[in-house]
Parts: sequence; structure tokens; C-alpha cells
Amino acid sequence: MWIVRVNMTDQTYKLEELPEAYKLLAGRALTSTLVANEVPPTCHPLGPNNKLVFSPGIVTGTPAPTSSRISVGAKSPLTGGIKESNAGTSWGAELADLNIRALVVEGQPKQNGKYWGLHISWDIAAQQPKLKFFDASAYSSKPLHDVFPTIFDQFGKKVSVAGIGLAGEYGYSNSGVVFNDEEDRATRYAGRGGLGAVMGSKRVKFIILDAKNAPGVPITNKALFDEGRKKMTDAILSHDISKPKGGLNTYGTAVLINIMNEAGGLPTRNFSSGRFEGAAKIAGEAIFEGVKERTGKETYNHACSPGCIIQCSNTWYKEDGSEHASCVEYESVWALGADCGIDSLDDIAEMINLCNAYGFDTIETGTTIGVAMEAGVIPFGDGKGAINLIHEMGKGTPLGRILGGGTELTGKAYGVTHVPTVKGQSMPAYEPRVVKGIGLTYATTTMGADHTAGYTIAPEILGVSGKQDPLSPEGKAGLSRAFQTATAFIDSTGHCLFIAFPILDIASGYQGMIDECNGVLGTSWTADDVAAYGAAVLKKERAFNEAAGIGKAADRLPEFMRNEPLPPHNRVDDIPDEVYDSVYGDL
Amino acid sequence: MQVSVKLFATLSRFAPHKRASVPFEVELSEGDTLLKLVECLDIPPEEAKVAFVNGIIHNLDHSLLPGDEIGIFPPIGGG
Repeated sequence: MWIVRVNMTDQTYKLEELPEAYKLLAGRALTSTLVANEVPPTCHPLGPNNKLVFSPGIVTGTPAPTSSRISVGAKSPLTGGIKESNAGTSWGAELADLNIRALVVEGQPKQNGKYWGLHISWDIAAQQPKLKFFDASAYSSKPLHDVFPTIFDQFGKKVSVAGIGLAGEYGYSNSGVVFNDEEDRATRYAGRGGLGAVMGSKRVKFIILDAKNAPGVPITNKALFDEGRKKMTDAILSHDISKPKGGLNTYGTAVLINIMNEAGGLPTRNFSSGRFEGAAKIAGEAIFEGVKERTGKETYNHACSPGCIIQCSNTWYKEDGSEHASCVEYESVWALGADCGIDSLDDIAEMINLCNAYGFDTIETGTTIGVAMEAGVIPFGDGKGAINLIHEMGKGTPLGRILGGGTELTGKAYGVTHVPTVKGQSMPAYEPRVVKGIGLTYATTTMGADHTAGYTIAPEILGVSGKQDPLSPEGKAGLSRAFQTATAFIDSTGHCLFIAFPILDIASGYQGMIDECNGVLGTSWTADDVAAYGAAVLKKERAFNEAAGIGKAADRLPEFMRNEPLPPHNRVDDIPDEVYDSVYGDL
Repeated sequence: MQVSVKLFATLSRFAPHKRASVPFEVELSEGDTLLKLVECLDIPPEEAKVAFVNGIIHNLDHSLLPGDEIGIFPPIGGG
């Protein structure tokens, strides 16, 4: 098992035998550990001392279901703190097959104007991975949808591709790392936090993996692993949310638009209301019906990566039945829709497709346009105007560069105070004034405003893992802490976070996750060990942030949320400072 | 008494117009609960996973009032 270190200062690489101290770390646990140990917390995120770390999870590349995810970590140019962002893609499984537990991209070329590609494959004679550098400059300055087909033509259909779009080339803080989906399209993103710019600052445009003849992931105790895999599979296949033709497979994540709207917690027109009058037109049900109308058939969703049995990804089609965008997620539909007052699925799909082509995080893009609308750059509800703003970003005009710098930068440039960010990253699709637990997650997670970091929506709205009143702050500090800790572990397994829906309700599924990991690693973890593992990851991240200058004063929601009641429930953020501080204070 | 009801996702098949998120009126008796409403609509109670009354989540034993606006969801998830 190796760490592959790529030195972009002189375009060399070396294989490092995985150190004993890292044997049990993978996914987010390893990206955060390497970043915390090796990146100076006060370095410039786009300078030579930041490092970009890729790590597949503990069970990624094994037959464990819904586990082909890759974690990407670095110091974030958006937040100035530590960042882990992950994606579902065959690239994760292939890196694991190659027995690469971490790929670390370090240094920075002295010359400008050139982009490199890395090609990693298995050296059969030497029985280890090998890496080649190639000139990728010809692929730069172009939309990814034009470039991806030529990459697969050049390197073969069976490779996996990671890369950056123009956003990363421009150094935008709103820039993701793109990965291929199962149709070899540029649609799967480690989107949040500007990691595309970090990759661009090291002048790496693409990383190609060819795992042909690679040995695959070693499993220490196959019988225990198989037991765990069966428990996990059974839980996923039996739970109403994750089962075939269940909630996610039928309607995808955009089904949440209507429930958050009903709850009065769907942030609308730059977080000025919790209800959007156009919600039903952009929700999962409307997508399902629209696809049926335009293609003539009822379409159930597809997998983003090999081995996924939940299959929640959808595709939107144009009126003529041709593909428009994949996939149309809740967060994207909300950010580019309700948060901008836009109710046209066609306009939203166009914007999602452009974000995929240029390399943007759809969440940060939508909330940025929302603030630009607040500033009067274009009116709320102007779908065509919003599309044009994304083109400005893609062209790198001065306006485009302001917008590409993210929601907070745009707010500063235009003198807007109504800016929905924490630690520089914009809030996702849940209003914290009326869903108190997610507000505590947004405020306190090391990642900046982030919903996946501690998804208390499960009990607060969806009735998963119990039922909690979203409007009440009672017990929510502990709830957010528990979710953040469990998520830090799940992010290290390589499983998609959506396994949480079945395994938080079905105890044998949760045990299955633990058995799978013990089977792969040869450990004997209990549920307590797993919680401790997650807590250890969070502590490392927090220490990095503190050393980077982000202290507990940053664990708060924006001031305007303390003062402005949010219709229709007319609540404010009235959680006392001590409660915010107790989330990590009691970790 | 009259209440206004919206059904969502797979529950839309129980709506008189079969459409998700479009409200329809239901005639109930004073003091009827959400469970009574669910039964009136022939929805299996275990499929009525999350029920809102005027934007607040309630258990099925919650008593309804005239003019209440109700939204009912099956088990759904997302991110």
C-alpha cells in the first residue's frame, strides 16, 4: 500500500510505503491528517506549500455497496481553513485498486503557461503503481464537455479521469475538482471549497487512472467483511428511502424541495424567506413528470459510480427529448432556483450544465448569484440573466472574477450585508433560523457552512434516526456533534453518506459498516471506537483551523440572521453563544 | 369542517386529481386527527411519514382545526 507523492516543482514523483501510523486512515481521515501534519496552516492556499491530497475510503474498491467515493483535501482558498470534499466516481475505486491510499500533489512549477496531466497505471513487472507526466496544455481554456471525449479517445474508454475546468485555471475560490460519471461525462464534483484552484495552482489539469492489471484492495478477514457487506446491502435494499424504486431511486434528492418549502425552511431569494412560490415547479416530482413528458417514459434514477445500489442520480431533458443536464440535485436546484427566485427547470438545467462545463460548485454559484441579485446586478427571478452571469465567470471578465471568488467576496465587492456564509463558505439549502440543528452544524463544522458535515435534517425534518422539532434548539448542540462525529467516520469509509438513511434506522446496517471495516483492516472496532475515530478527525481539523487563525469566534451564523425574522415562521437565530461553543467544547 | 391538503411524491396517487403538491379540500368532523384524514384518503399510515399542519410537523394523533393547511410526505431523503 502506497502514498504516491507528486512534486510539481520539478515534475517528479516517488512511492512511499504507507507508514504504520497511517495504516488505519483513509478517505477524509487521511486527507485531513496529511494536510494537518504537512501543510503550514498559514500558507497561501494557492502557493507552493499547500498540498492537494486524494484518498479513497477504507472500503472503496471492495465489493461493499455504494462505496466508490474519493476524498479530496487541502487548505481551502475559500475558507482559509482545512477542507475535505468528496465525490462518487469510478476514479475512487481505481485509485484503491492501484493500492494507492493517498495521492499527494505538492510544490508548484516555476513557469506559467503550461498545464500537466498525470497518468497513473500499474507496472506489472515492478508490481507497483507507475506515473507519467504529459503536456495537458492543449486541454486548457476549454469547456470540460468539449475536452472529456478527447481525453477518453486518447487514453482509452476504461480509464477514470479527475480534472479541473476553467474555474480552477482562473484560481477561483469557487472551483471544484471534476470526476467522470458512469457515462464518462464531466458531472461528478468534489465541489465545495475551491479545491479546483489548488489543483490549478499546481498546474495539474488532469489525473488519469488506468487500473488494468492492478491488484485490487486487500481484505484481511474475508468472512467478516462479507458478513458486514451483507448486513449493509440488506439495510440499503429494505429501507424506504434507499431501496430500489424508493424515495431516492424514484425522485432523486430534489424531492426535498417540497418538504423544505412546507417546513418554511427553503431559503428563498437570498435567504429572505423560507417559502418559494415556485417550489413545486422545480421539485423532484416536477422533474419526474417532466422527464416522463419529454421522453415518453417513467425513468428511475441511475448510479454515479460502480457498485452503487441506491442510484439516485437523474437527468433532465430538453423539450426535444435530448439530454440537457445530469444530474439535477436538490442543492443545485435550490441554489440556482429558489435562492435566486428562478422557477424554470430549463434555466436551472442550463446553469447546472454550465457549472459542470466550467468547473464550478453549483451551491456556491447559486448563492453568489443570489447575492448579486440582492446587489441589483440582475433582478431576482431573471433566469436568462443568471445564465449570462455564469458565462461571465467562465470568460474570466472582471465581473466574472468577482463572482468566481464566491458569495462572500461578491457581497464585499457590492457592499451587501445580507450574505449567507460561515467561515467564507456559503450556506446550502436549509434555513438555519427554522432548523436549529443544521444551523449549529453550519456554524461549528470545520468545513465552513456545510450541510453534509452533520446532517441533522434527518431527524429534524425527515423522521430518520428519530424525530426532533426543527424549531427547537433543545438538545441540538449534542445532536449536531453526534452527526458531525459519525459523518467524519462515514467520510473515511468511502461509503456515500446516503447509507446514513438506512443505517441510522436499521442497527444491523450500522453494525455492517463496522464489520466491513474490521474485515478489510483486521481491526476489532466497536461502535465506540468508530465514534472516537470520527472525533479524532474533527479534532485534527479544528486544531489546523485554529493555527490558521480561525477560532471559535467564527463558529457563528451571520449577524443578519440574529436580527431578521424569517417568514413564514418569523424566527431568528437566538441560540446563545455558550450553546454554539458547546458543540466542540464538549467533543 | 374543511381542511386543505397537499400530498407529495408517491402519495400523490391518493389525491383526487393524482397530482403532487396541488391542494384539495377535504371535509372532516370537528376534532378529527391527522390519522383520521390519512384513513379517509386510504393512505396506509406507515406511508404518511412526515405530516405538516400550517408548516409545523405533527404526529398523526394531532387534532385538526377548520382551515388547516396540511402537507403529507412519504419516506424521502436527500442531501
